[in-house]
Amino acid sequence: MMMSGIASPSPRRRKRKRSGWRGVLYIAPAMALVTVFFVLPVLFTVWMSLHKWPLLGKPAWIGLGNYVRMVSDARFMTALGFTAYYTIIVTIAIFAVAFPLAIFVEKQRPLVSAYRTIIFLPVVVGLASASLLWVWLANVDSGLIAPLMQRLGLTNGRINLLADFDTAFLTIIVMVVWKIAGFTMIILLTGLQAIPAELTEAARIDGARRWQRFRYLTLPLMRRTMALALILSVTGSILAFDQFYIMTSGGPQNRMISVVYYIFNQSFVSFNLGYGAALSIALLAILVAISIFQLWLLKVGDERP
Amino acid sequence: MRTRREIRARKALRDRIAYHGIGIGTAFFFLAPFVIGLLASFRPSSESGLPPLPPWPVSGISFDAYRILDGFGSGVLQHTMNSLVVSLGTVVLTVAVSVLAGYGFSRYRFPFKNALFVLIIATLMIPFQSILTPLFIILARLGLNNSLFGLMLVYVTLQLPFSVFMMRNAFDAVPKEIEEAARIDGVRDLKLLVRVLLPLVMPGVATVSIFAFLNAWNEFLAALVLLSSNENYTLPVLMMAVRAGRLGAINWGAVQAGVAVMVVPCLIVFLLLQRYYMRGLMAGAVK
Repeated sequence: MMMSGIASPSPRRRKRKRSGWRGVLYIAPAMALVTVFFVLPVLFTVWMSLHKWPLLGKPAWIGLGNYVRMVSDARFMTALGFTAYYTIIVTIAIFAVAFPLAIFVEKQRPLVSAYRTIIFLPVVVGLASASLLWVWLANVDSGLIAPLMQRLGLTNGRINLLADFDTAFLTIIVMVVWKIAGFTMIILLTGLQAIPAELTEAARIDGARRWQRFRYLTLPLMRRTMALALILSVTGSILAFDQFYIMTSGGPQNRMISVVYYIFNQSFVSFNLGYGAALSIALLAILVAISIFQLWLLKVGDERP
Repeated sequence: MRTRREIRARKALRDRIAYHGIGIGTAFFFLAPFVIGLLASFRPSSESGLPPLPPWPVSGISFDAYRILDGFGSGVLQHTMNSLVVSLGTVVLTVAVSVLAGYGFSRYRFPFKNALFVLIIATLMIPFQSILTPLFIILARLGLNNSLFGLMLVYVTLQLPFSVFMMRNAFDAVPKEIEEAARIDGVRDLKLLVRVLLPLVMPGVATVSIFAFLNAWNEFLAALVLLSSNENYTLPVLMMAVRAGRLGAINWGAVQAGVAVMVVPCLIVFLLLQRYYMRGLMAGAVK
């Protein structure tokens, strides 16, 4: 008590003493890491994208050559199309599962925190581990799903889930929903719990039915949270790589090559490092555009509470 | 009156049954893959190629799958150590760097302070997947290609936006009077930070640590690209060899064993430190 009494009358001295460059020393390690492993690589990516850059030998300046090549690269366009398709389907699937789950675990009831924890468990393991686990479960001879369906009489014989595009795609969607739904559920749950109980109570007294309360009260008030969950799901899905690489190796007839997978192939399998860099810049531009859209979406949410 | 109470009681019972029915069904879906995989990993070689119906070992528990997994790469112990070294190293460095930076951003004023803070946070917008190629080249120029330390530095950098944000908020929440008192007692600078303030921001440190550990332990793409020699592989990269199999045949027992080795530590860390994990998630979500 006495200490603070003595210390408080001299705020000006404190300010003078602690301004200047001493603080820079504290943030220096962080700034050094961000500079060397983030700012430099980003600038370097731009520089590389303007070169033909083999793994060995001298890079050659080719100006916008890589970008010209990109625009007419049918396989890149296919990868873009597939990534967009995957992003839309998986985001819808995650929301379709996570929203009911969030409502289910919202109220404080017996065992509710146990349910929450169990649903959340797959989120903390790696996507690589999850993919490995599910590629085994989906295996036609040694896995669980196909033999189980056969034994239950749902299918005639065992179907090879990963051999056909649609079933392989569905398997990956189920795996990703299993892995991610808990995360989206928790995000949505924070939004649900932020809605004042008095509001829902008032609506109930005014005679609003359950669906009406959800449609005209919960949904509008969840706008910000949903925008956040949506953006996290969309940006995460655009960067998908592990599941396609591990579960289908690019999938039946190479139809499951996502954008990151294609960049990986160009850069580290074919060693077209310059072209890979140009593709990376395209990916980066897409994601920055989405981030800006995100900020706009959140702002719109603010204006209309 | 009685009938009404009876009806209400029956409805409550029905609601409770429906609630727990849905709850147990959902929990089963989210838990079953782990349990089935773990149980199946203890089946002997003779069973590991068969569908897990039932998933538990029928003819006695066996460690065949783990023994076969050990035959890949430089042995599962070596690769687990690699993963552990990278993950724990990432935790230590992330905590050290973000505590210093969080303190600096919270307590000092210096030119371009806000711009630098925004720069660190803005790296979140740029996915590291898009800068892997130059990272590969920069690490090679620094003599850190194919090195666990190089990979660790990359992971630390990826953790910084979240960690610095968390630690700045943690220091912001500490009353300035405590520092003033310590200063008057003659405790200054780093000593002040470590002795007086660090114990007060421990929850923040726990949150930063658990995220750093899980992300480093689970990361796959950067490790796949940046590590080139067998003995340095972390567990997820090692598992690619297991997944590819030998002579076209995949040993699924080894896959299950590998998944168990990768998954169990994550689940234990999460269940022990759940409170701090959720705190971090909420902080991220609210931001």
